[in-house]
Amino acid sequence: MTTPFYVSPQQVLADRAEYARKGIARGRSIVVWQTDTGILFVAENPMPTLHKVSEIYDRIAFAAVGRYNEFEALRVAGVRRADLTGYAYSREDVNARALAGVYSQTLGQIFTHELKPMEVELLVAEVGSPESDGSDDRLYRVTFDGQISDEGDVVTMGGAADELLEKVKDHFSPGMGDREALRTAVQAMADQMGNPLGVKTLEVARLDRSDPGRAFSRMGHDELAEMLGGDEIEPVAQAEEKDSEA
Amino acid sequence: MTDTGGLGDATRWGLGSSFVAHLRATNPEVLDRRFAAPLAEDLGPHATTILALRYESGIVMAGDRRATMGMAIESRNIQKVFRADAHAAVAIAGAAGPAVEMVRLFQVELEHYEKIEGRSLSLTGKANRLAEMIRQNMPAAMQGFGVIPLFAGYDVLHATGRIFKYDMTGGRYEEGDFHATGSGGRDARSFIKGRWSEGLTEDAAVSIGLEALFEAADEDAATGGPDVVRGIYPNVAVVDPDGFRPVDDATIRSIFESAVEGLRERYGGEVR
Repeated sequence: MTTPFYVSPQQVLADRAEYARKGIARGRSIVVWQTDTGILFVAENPMPTLHKVSEIYDRIAFAAVGRYNEFEALRVAGVRRADLTGYAYSREDVNARALAGVYSQTLGQIFTHELKPMEVELLVAEVGSPESDGSDDRLYRVTFDGQISDEGDVVTMGGAADELLEKVKDHFSPGMGDREALRTAVQAMADQMGNPLGVKTLEVARLDRSDPGRAFSRMGHDELAEMLGGDEIEPVAQAEEKDSEA
Repeated sequence: MTDTGGLGDATRWGLGSSFVAHLRATNPEVLDRRFAAPLAEDLGPHATTILALRYESGIVMAGDRRATMGMAIESRNIQKVFRADAHAAVAIAGAAGPAVEMVRLFQVELEHYEKIEGRSLSLTGKANRLAEMIRQNMPAAMQGFGVIPLFAGYDVLHATGRIFKYDMTGGRYEEGDFHATGSGGRDARSFIKGRWSEGLTEDAAVSIGLEALFEAADEDAATGGPDVVRGIYPNVAVVDPDGFRPVDDATIRSIFESAVEGLRERYGGEVR
């Protein structure tokens, strides 16, 4: 009989965390802003039908980075949970905090009990009522190990999220318009990547606070091009090079 | 995945986008609709005449506002016409309690599919989901709590308005031009039959619907006519390429008032 290797719990969890972090860091980024009209989601995503940002309920949306198959299962489970709550109780009883709590429990369970943690990071966002001024908007971040945090006005997730946050947070001001927020986010993401970003590589959606019903909507190509002021935004370095060539 | 902490097993196969299938698998108590009463008439209010007709750019759906319980008027302002989703409407006749609940479940079913799949069900798909719900209601229908809805909407794929009627067993039949059901359904139907033609305008279709309800209320005790004293008028909704839109009370009142002249000519004068 052989004695199994002893591996300390600290080591096991540290290994799992590192595995999950690496998986998530490989993915593309998302920037989520609170604007004057609601919440704006800007994701780098060249696949037009495999969404990273989706509707959960009337005033709640879901954004995720990491492995698509994993966060897609969590999204579906979230829609089921929200629809069940809304049908069994009432539509007003569905809220982001409860949903983020269940996501946190689920991811925490999987992180400690399963061999492989989920390589995902989630954001559950909710806009307040049409009469509210934005102070009731909520952004909950849930990480792969089940940690939950109530975030402020700007959230970045995915590959190099911290650097991206550094780039965008100086430009943030409360009550910023959608157009300015969108351009700032896309510029920062393009700079970060060193690639141009535009209508074909972006997924943009929003929760519109003034909409009394289902507040979630996706921004189509035409509207996106109009908001960006063109089909693409180039990274600053490349734009400068072009200027000096000319 | 083991315990998912209340999120349910997200990886289960089957009719994955159906909210009803999900409820049946995980929370059957929410769907429980068993009744053990033989005399349904005395137990709950019944809702009556509903109709739908196709016009040039979609459909018009209308319903009176009366619910009866035996010989008594249980409600003067019940709502029988509902938004099913962005491009469809549903109206109810039969036992009011189970019918209103069925509409609520149907609305969630359509929205749930839309969110999970990222696109709406086809109009035929929606009609089929409603048929299944009526089929599930069969045991209650046998005890007198039958629900007979009318479903209509704008078919975005085929660019036309379409109307579906049902029977108590969940049978689903498409009607080409118009249909009316409920206790005053026959009267409403024969009125529409004489006036319907291809390519009606929205205004014409709405006023035919309102007059048909007036005729039904004239013949059927369980159908309520316009209540001028309280200002209660039928519920009317339009579904066209731009989607579902309820017709507001003020418009309905003015259409009704302009129809009154014609009605007076037809029925007015001294009582003979």
